[in-house]
Amino acid sequence: MASHFDVKRQRGFAAVAMVCFFLLYLPIATLVVFAFNAGSSLAVWEGVSLTWFMAAWNNSAVQEAAARSFAIAVIAATIATAAATMAALATTRTEPYRGLTFKYAFINQPLMVPEIVTAVALLIVFSRIKAWTGYSGLGFIVAAHTAFCIPFAYLPIRARLENMDLTLERAAADLYATPWRAFRRVTLPLLWPGILAGFMLAFVISLDDVVITEFVKSGGQDTLPTYMLGQLRRIVTPEINAISTIFLAISVLVVTLFFFISRRKV
Amino acid sequence: MLSAREAAENARRQDVRNRWLLSAPSLLIIFFAAVGPLFVMLLYSVMAKGDYGDVKLWQFSADGWFGVFFQRDIFDDTLALNDAHVAIFARSVKLSLATTLITLLLGFPTAYFIATRSERSREIWLFLITIPFWTNLLIRTYAMQEVIRNEGVINTALLKLGLISAPVQMMYTDMGILFGMAYVYLPLMVLPLYASMERLDFRLVEAGYDLYATRLKVLWRIIIPMVKPGIIAGSILVFIPSLGAYVTPRVLGGGKNMMLGNLIELQFGQGRNWPLGAAISITLMAIVMVALLFYVRNASRPGARHG
Repeated sequence: MASHFDVKRQRGFAAVAMVCFFLLYLPIATLVVFAFNAGSSLAVWEGVSLTWFMAAWNNSAVQEAAARSFAIAVIAATIATAAATMAALATTRTEPYRGLTFKYAFINQPLMVPEIVTAVALLIVFSRIKAWTGYSGLGFIVAAHTAFCIPFAYLPIRARLENMDLTLERAAADLYATPWRAFRRVTLPLLWPGILAGFMLAFVISLDDVVITEFVKSGGQDTLPTYMLGQLRRIVTPEINAISTIFLAISVLVVTLFFFISRRKV
Repeated sequence: MLSAREAAENARRQDVRNRWLLSAPSLLIIFFAAVGPLFVMLLYSVMAKGDYGDVKLWQFSADGWFGVFFQRDIFDDTLALNDAHVAIFARSVKLSLATTLITLLLGFPTAYFIATRSERSREIWLFLITIPFWTNLLIRTYAMQEVIRNEGVINTALLKLGLISAPVQMMYTDMGILFGMAYVYLPLMVLPLYASMERLDFRLVEAGYDLYATRLKVLWRIIIPMVKPGIIAGSILVFIPSLGAYVTPRVLGGGKNMMLGNLIELQFGQGRNWPLGAAISITLMAIVMVALLFYVRNASRPGARHG
């Protein structure tokens, strides 16, 4: 080091960073390791087994909650992505117009308010509607999820649109393409990676939600996260670790895909 | 006949109208399932509480707002501060500030470390920060519980090594909540810090060294002032969710060490006092808005941004 003075170096920073990464992954690693424990302890290792994965797989409450979580996430993310794509088209590649700032603020609103506050506000309104209409199905959870998924889906779609200029669309129009055809054949294919990334973010966000679902759900509508939250009150077995591990694997998979899709350049 | 200017003006109006139609679905969904309910909640906060939860519609009362910080003595009807609520507000603010500070102290060197790697390895380190950020908050809280509880990894290891004779109680304490929140919100601090450090102009750092500044002085007088927007953004991003935290204090704090989020839940559950719960929620939201305004003012101030 004597011959070369590194201007970027700060003493101890690399060490702190390593400690940070270690601390970030130690709890997750412990959780995953004990999912494979043969015994029912979460601290004493008794050998490798898949007992707890089998237990989770055969648990009908877990099956139902997982299926429900998945269905809600797919529907909410699909609607949110469609709505967010339209909103992104409406708020990019334009001269500023009256109401544009309002739209930005409105679409990002779910990110600004603490989740617990939105959750109890929805509880108030939805419990009234449930009493009035007698309907208490999954529609309420889907509606709530769709709303808070929109800003997440909007983000990557808008980012992608802002990097696309209007040249190709104008060329399509010059060649007598109708606006719809130009959109279908030019804009949509170019925008597709952004839409896919937006959908994935929305999907993961919906799948992970616990607070809003906990307050909006009616009896017997547990999703996987609310089921797990309920289980944590009791004596915890590695079955929860097994469920968490599968959950983690899905999240990591989706995020990795997102990472590669959103890196593709226009 | 339309003049060219009128035609252009018409086309522009048509375009704006189309843009409103296109954004209508998003705006409507968010209005119905996010913004609108907040206004209903504002209304609920000024109504009389129902006997079994809910409210007595259109019977107005200030009791909800009154109950946020005060209580009436049940015997002589005198006013007194509601000590329990004041303590919960104080704990929430204290723990959120402490979480922000811890994540800043750990996150700053980490972000700096990532920002000074080569372009290729930077992406890998960044990815390692992003993974926990996108994994379920409940799962990460549960993972933390497994580490800090009495039979958890830390205590078992310390006992086996003979460093302690009895487990150190960390679950169900403020410290446990603090550990948990620092753990789950750390990525929220690192990401904005990294974003501002990535653009750092190291020629200025070099100039500092040329003028005989020490490493510490360069850090304090050059690097920190330049990445201040990132520090503020990260602090806000950690402080706001910490203040409204619900899952982490519920799992790691147990029933006694409540934060604002749990106090709100209590009013809508066993407390059966919806107006009070609504009033506390709006108070929490107001504090968050003040923090956001502070951020917006600081971020948009001329000269606050470098590079």
